[in-house]
Amino acid sequence: MSDETTDTPAPDADVITDEVVADVEAAHGELADEAEAAEAVEAEPEPDPNLVTLNLNGRDVAARKGDMVIAAALQADEYVPHFCYHPRMSPVGMCRQCMVEVEGPRGPMMVVSCMTPVADGQVVRTDTPQVKRAQEGMLELLLANHPLDCPVCDKGGECPLQDQAFSHGPGESRYVEEKRHYEKPIPISDLVYLDRERCILCDRCTRFADEVAGDKLIHFISRGNDTQVMTFPDEPFVSYFSGNTVQICPVGALTAKPYRFKARPWDLAQRESTCTTCSVGCRTVIQSSRDELLRYQGVDSDPVNWGWLCDRGRFNFEAVNSDLRLAAPMVKSDTGLVTASWNAALRAAATLVTEALADGGPDSIGLLGGARGSNEDAFAWAQLADSIGISYRDAQLGDGLPAGILGLDRATIDDAATAATVILLGPDLKEELPVLYLRLRDAAEKKHTRIIEFSTLETGM
Amino acid sequence: MSTFNESTDRVVSPYPWAPGYYPSDRPAIVTSRFQYEDGHTLERYLATGGYEGLRAALAKSPSEVADEVKNSTLLGRGGAGFPAGTKWGFTPQGVWPRYLVVNGDESEPGTYKDRLLMECDPHQLIEGSLIASYAAGLSQCFLYIRGEMPLAHERVATALNDAYAAGYIGTNILGTDFSVDIVLHYGAGAYVVGEETALIESLEGERGMPRLKPPYFPAAVGLYGQPTIVNNVETLANLPFIAKEGSAAYTAIGTPTSPGTRMIAVSGHVVRPGVYEIVNGSTTFRDLLYGDDFAQGIRDGNDLKAFVPGGGSAPWFTADQLDIPFEGPQAGAAGSMLGSGAVMVMDSTTDIPAAALTLVRFYAHESCGKCVPCREGGTWLYRLVQRIVDGYGTDADLETIRQVGESICPGDMPHASSERLGLDAVPFPYKMTTICFVGPSAYVPIHSALTLFPEEFEALVTKRAERRHIPVMAGVAE
Repeated sequence: MSDETTDTPAPDADVITDEVVADVEAAHGELADEAEAAEAVEAEPEPDPNLVTLNLNGRDVAARKGDMVIAAALQADEYVPHFCYHPRMSPVGMCRQCMVEVEGPRGPMMVVSCMTPVADGQVVRTDTPQVKRAQEGMLELLLANHPLDCPVCDKGGECPLQDQAFSHGPGESRYVEEKRHYEKPIPISDLVYLDRERCILCDRCTRFADEVAGDKLIHFISRGNDTQVMTFPDEPFVSYFSGNTVQICPVGALTAKPYRFKARPWDLAQRESTCTTCSVGCRTVIQSSRDELLRYQGVDSDPVNWGWLCDRGRFNFEAVNSDLRLAAPMVKSDTGLVTASWNAALRAAATLVTEALADGGPDSIGLLGGARGSNEDAFAWAQLADSIGISYRDAQLGDGLPAGILGLDRATIDDAATAATVILLGPDLKEELPVLYLRLRDAAEKKHTRIIEFSTLETGM
Repeated sequence: MSTFNESTDRVVSPYPWAPGYYPSDRPAIVTSRFQYEDGHTLERYLATGGYEGLRAALAKSPSEVADEVKNSTLLGRGGAGFPAGTKWGFTPQGVWPRYLVVNGDESEPGTYKDRLLMECDPHQLIEGSLIASYAAGLSQCFLYIRGEMPLAHERVATALNDAYAAGYIGTNILGTDFSVDIVLHYGAGAYVVGEETALIESLEGERGMPRLKPPYFPAAVGLYGQPTIVNNVETLANLPFIAKEGSAAYTAIGTPTSPGTRMIAVSGHVVRPGVYEIVNGSTTFRDLLYGDDFAQGIRDGNDLKAFVPGGGSAPWFTADQLDIPFEGPQAGAAGSMLGSGAVMVMDSTTDIPAAALTLVRFYAHESCGKCVPCREGGTWLYRLVQRIVDGYGTDADLETIRQVGESICPGDMPHASSERLGLDAVPFPYKMTTICFVGPSAYVPIHSALTLFPEEFEALVTKRAERRHIPVMAGVAE
């Protein structure tokens, strides 16, 4: 099914740029380790021909051919500061922050590690005084026109620019000239606000819109010191994926309206979860403060969503806080529906099931699971149905084709994104399974996959 | 005719330097038709040996023509001075289509040789492009002309139409099975698009921003992802001569490492500014600036203070370096470069900080905004120098200039030697933290000015201990 050219990119825990989700990443790392360990047992002893060894700060580090030096360094726990580099997007080398020294034919050369591919025997140093000097100089330049309004910035506390200014910056600035001034945040869509003063022009959001989402609605305008990110005139940044630009913005230039001035990152309680808005099942981290759900962020799950979320999944949490939402179970009684405690409700349900079993046996009971449960939810209630013996059960909206219609096996998202040909019968992926659309779009853009679509309507594909 | 007569000569040609600037006793390879007012027409071109180089080339195999160009050691005239024949050899074999892009986006401060070539002899450029396409096996040619050159647009477009009509371009050129199309493209006015990868981006319809090499070496991954050769206008204009007369005739002129002639645009405080075709490698800056055939000395009998030897981004030379010939390695060892062939002369009346300000302002303005050191550092440098020139600078600003410069060009900066200050030369090139040369170019002139004429800056700035006119916050110890 997959051919040799379809290497999945190395998973990188850095897609969520927040430090606050470090524990989430750690959990992921463990999972990945277990998977690797499982694979290692089966792996053939032949050496991987794509493996190269480079010398990083005096120790040998393995990397895959085609990786950039920065990816190899980050994987080997040698932190290289960076802003424009993002493991899920093509490198551009704009911020020049990730300077390292690579041994060249004419002595050590200062290169940007996000655009330098690894090579066997390469000697890389990330810790020399020259590298430190270059990185400090670059950060001073990046901060030259940055307003440093961290105390009132939503990103403060989880801001790569703030963090790296502390860890890799010069500590002070000699810039005494007037900074760039723009109108403070302007809405570029109903959800996203843009503050051009904070922007460091890393090309992440514009690259995402162009390369990943395919909605090239934001771009650079003007030139040189006046360069700014902007939408086209009278054309707002209406993208199903605009929230991702807010998440990957390395400064507080892009903020999402629902989260603006709601919380500070260090106050957020969070838990990793699965988005249940559609059946893609993107990994998310759910963040709340003062018992109020405030934000979803994408988590980079290699087999699923690569860190992306669609706006529907990202911003639908506002319904959770709605007054119209049922917040407690209700039990039908003589006087109508009555709010009950969970214990009481479960007891009432157990009584009903027991009575029905006694009266008519398992076949008198039907069990409807929610269509928006996760796989684990479905497994749990299927266990329940099994233990009772209920055979009438359903959890579908009933609008899908049965699996295996073409006599093919069920496939994972990775299978689909590495297949030579994908046939779409009917659905509008961009509307119904937006993140799967991103994965397939990526596969088609990289020319791994042909997509054939049968549809009666014009779709977003 | 030795001097330009304003009242009579301007009638003959729109260019004061066209007639009489090119006496017949000097070798003229690319400027041979500049003496004719109608040198840009097909009739004149054919009457003066036009398209014979193409005929000669088509009579040989492409590889023979390519070898001929390689043997001529024709150096690229865009600024880097890389041998054109060798550059053609970098394209991977068997990948189609492959393109020739003619870089007519000449915008280096002080350089206007390509403009004249396109305005006065567009057919020569077209013939050169055809020969290059034939020799390097290229299927399509894109002619990118800078947006601010309307006369060049007009004349090249007319020449292309005439050449198409006469069968020199298109399918089955001159009855052979060689076919190539030439597409004309006008730039939108960005200095950085003179850089080959930015030019390719611009041709593709994107923002003119340089691509990083690797992986985007145009010879391998260029226009539309295909192998692309980007050549300067003057480089290609040399090809008809080489194809017609052979590489031996070409290498007979000039020196073995820098053969042929090259065009140098002289501007600034000289008696007779203009574009001159000089013998490559052996002509010195003194010949060019003081020679009767050339610039005829410094205006008003003043002394030479400094000159820019290779376009605005080259480190400056002073009178100490006048005897250096036009040969890349020698200029490099002396601390500068020959670049795009532009000499800008400053006489003793020049205010050096103001001159540096003009250049640094240009480069800060022309930054494309991609790399941080250029985008932020260039403007920072400009503002620092502006403040110093305005009289509000301090000696701390001079130190800041050097440190900001170091963020753009880490390590030793090249500069010329100075007998007056007892300085030794630091050879070219510099290291840089940006993708292309625009970033360092903002620092180069200010670094040269600061290094060679420090006293002029020190006279402008207030010593930190003496400053009184800058308000200081109450309670802050001075």
